[in-house]
Amino acid sequence: MTSKGPLSIFTRRGGIPFWRDERVLQAIAQIISAFVVIGLIIWVIVNFFNAARGRGLNLGFGFLQEPAEFPISDPILPFDPSRSFGYAFLVGVVKTLLVSGIGVVLATILGIIVGLARLSTNWLLNKIALAYIEIHRNIPLLVLLFLWYFPVFNSLPPVKDSIVLPGPTYLSARGLYITWPRLQPGAGILVISIALAIVLALVAFILLRRRRLVTGQQTYYVGVSLAILLILPTVGWLLSGDSPIRMDTPVLDGFNFTGGMRLTPEFVALLVGLVTYTAAFIAEVVRAGIQSVHVGQVEAAKSVGLSNFQVTGLVIFPQALRVIIPPLISQYLNLTKNSSLALLIGYQDLFGVGKIAINQAGRAVQVFFMVMATYLTISLITSLVMNIYNRRIQLVER
Amino acid sequence: MKQKALLPLVVFTIFALLVTACGGAATPTAEEEVVEPMPAPSGSGEIINRVIERGKVVCGGRTDLLGFGYLNEAGRNIGFDIDLCRAVAAAVLGDAEAIEVFAITAADRGPVLQTAEVDMLSRNVTWTSSRDAQWGNFTIIMFYDGQGYMVRRDSGIETQEDMDGASVCVTSGTTTEKNLADDFRNHGLEFEAVIFEDTASVYNAYEEGRCDVTTSDKSQLAAVREGFENPGDHAILGMTISKEPLTPAVPHGDDQWFDIVKIVMYALINAEEMGVTQANIDQMKTSGDVGVRRLLGQEGDWGYTDLGLDSEALYRAIKAVGNYGEVYDRYMGPLGISFTLPRELNNLWSNRGLIYAPPVK
Repeated sequence: MTSKGPLSIFTRRGGIPFWRDERVLQAIAQIISAFVVIGLIIWVIVNFFNAARGRGLNLGFGFLQEPAEFPISDPILPFDPSRSFGYAFLVGVVKTLLVSGIGVVLATILGIIVGLARLSTNWLLNKIALAYIEIHRNIPLLVLLFLWYFPVFNSLPPVKDSIVLPGPTYLSARGLYITWPRLQPGAGILVISIALAIVLALVAFILLRRRRLVTGQQTYYVGVSLAILLILPTVGWLLSGDSPIRMDTPVLDGFNFTGGMRLTPEFVALLVGLVTYTAAFIAEVVRAGIQSVHVGQVEAAKSVGLSNFQVTGLVIFPQALRVIIPPLISQYLNLTKNSSLALLIGYQDLFGVGKIAINQAGRAVQVFFMVMATYLTISLITSLVMNIYNRRIQLVER
Repeated sequence: MKQKALLPLVVFTIFALLVTACGGAATPTAEEEVVEPMPAPSGSGEIINRVIERGKVVCGGRTDLLGFGYLNEAGRNIGFDIDLCRAVAAAVLGDAEAIEVFAITAADRGPVLQTAEVDMLSRNVTWTSSRDAQWGNFTIIMFYDGQGYMVRRDSGIETQEDMDGASVCVTSGTTTEKNLADDFRNHGLEFEAVIFEDTASVYNAYEEGRCDVTTSDKSQLAAVREGFENPGDHAILGMTISKEPLTPAVPHGDDQWFDIVKIVMYALINAEEMGVTQANIDQMKTSGDVGVRRLLGQEGDWGYTDLGLDSEALYRAIKAVGNYGEVYDRYMGPLGISFTLPRELNNLWSNRGLIYAPPVK
């Protein structure tokens, strides 16, 4: 180990020839595997382009500007068939993001509730949670989606005999029509005041909480931020003159209701299916995370006089999160990717629109590439954000 | 000891050579395809060799549409489209059972044809210019259809204008989907599209009341209505909003196979014109009509030598499935086993229809 030059691996060390030097052999093995892998990749690409040329496949992306000419169900963004394929694809992406975003939030809430129920000492609650988890974890999602869509949401009464729920909210085979608050022209001040309230409340919460932690002084940070959240919008409401918000009530007009907020049966069935399915997995993750906190921690917390609520919020949960977050990330990714099953129950997401574009534009290769790239981007961003969060809550060893 | 030590070096050299060989080999293969020893057109023989080697014709078809491609009680795949596939198998392989039907959704029709996963696509495909350019070669129109609307009788819908604001169930990846959008746009009407990839889901949702209207080729609407709980509750509106020429198609790039499939289709139509049926075909072999004898391979060459077939290929095709009219009537004639659909445009040209094929001679 005397010479340290760049060529030192080729010189004899301790009388071992270089071809018997473990480091040299490892390096060679690395080079060989790199050659094999790169060679395979090159072969696949060359083969693919040859095959594409042989079949006369067009591999350009120019078709994205052409008019799509097909309709999209419940497009969310303004869409009509004269818009381009590229825009149709964007509509699909937005629909995927919408259902996954709402799905992730609801699945997390439901998952935590079921996970806590599973740990409850109440026998009935505990067993209900167990049954829920086992049923949902052991039935394929596609089956659950079909069950939610065809026998449940599709078998509701026809639109003329809608079930009227308080609100008024109408439930029929056409979906859920909800009376929904809509902003009136003069509502600008209200919107600004709400936005301002949220920002100020957050700032107050963070600053006052930090002061409380550093100085130990009682700063009533929860109360103060809640007060900001309530008072500012009220002031905004009063300033913006007579009722800035009007309730938009759905009215039966011809075949369908008009007005109000509408959720299609496809969307609701997909959301319910995804949320209940993923929540079962999240519940198990939450249960495992909570059980990973040593019972001694709880006993110690109780012995210093913390209430049950404080024990859960200040001692158990922060420690459980370290175990919960990593598997939770994969559940979020699963939910997002599973949303592509929407295709089979008539909710046209990214993959659904992609499949149509493949057919109508005859560009399978490009569209599959776009679909894969989009899911990859969504997943990578989700994991990036969650990993940053995960790093923040991990145990900092001092 | 020395020999053993050399082993990694040898392995490395071999790998390096292999990688170089793989990288280099890709280009010559591409050239080989272009430089064929035979003066035959490029791609020629590719599909027929594959079919003979496999002993089966692989058809893109369906198993869920009454009349066109469905499973009977015995689990046998039958229907108008399936019979066309059987006719090709009988002509090329001598066995009408030597088929494999690859059940695909409407949205998958393009990709399976583009990648030549199927030898023939016989799954009520509408022939359009863009599909002709992108998907494959379309043979000859075997069924003239048009798109219509089906509604519940009690909905009171009679005209296009009545459908303003309606929910419409439709299959994705079809010409139907585009025509629907065009039709409502042309009339300045609003609609809510409810779109499924699986045809069964479309009609299921319509029957359950998810939609006021469903739309497809009229033949398909007639077929699915038969499967409804109360067929009488549903009406197919009189209007026809599009031309849907249903045509079997083959992959791009093999002219020989394209010709074979086309000529088998011509033969079925010519057989009906000439009065050749499944029942009388053997007597017809000795018919006094030269045209009939040529069709059945008893005299002259209808092109089989150049296509690499034998003289009785068309005879076998007709013998296996019957002539065009027999195929039609078997499923959709007055005594059809699926449902009854008047032939109208699908009559022979000599009976004021549009079915017309080049002569087999």
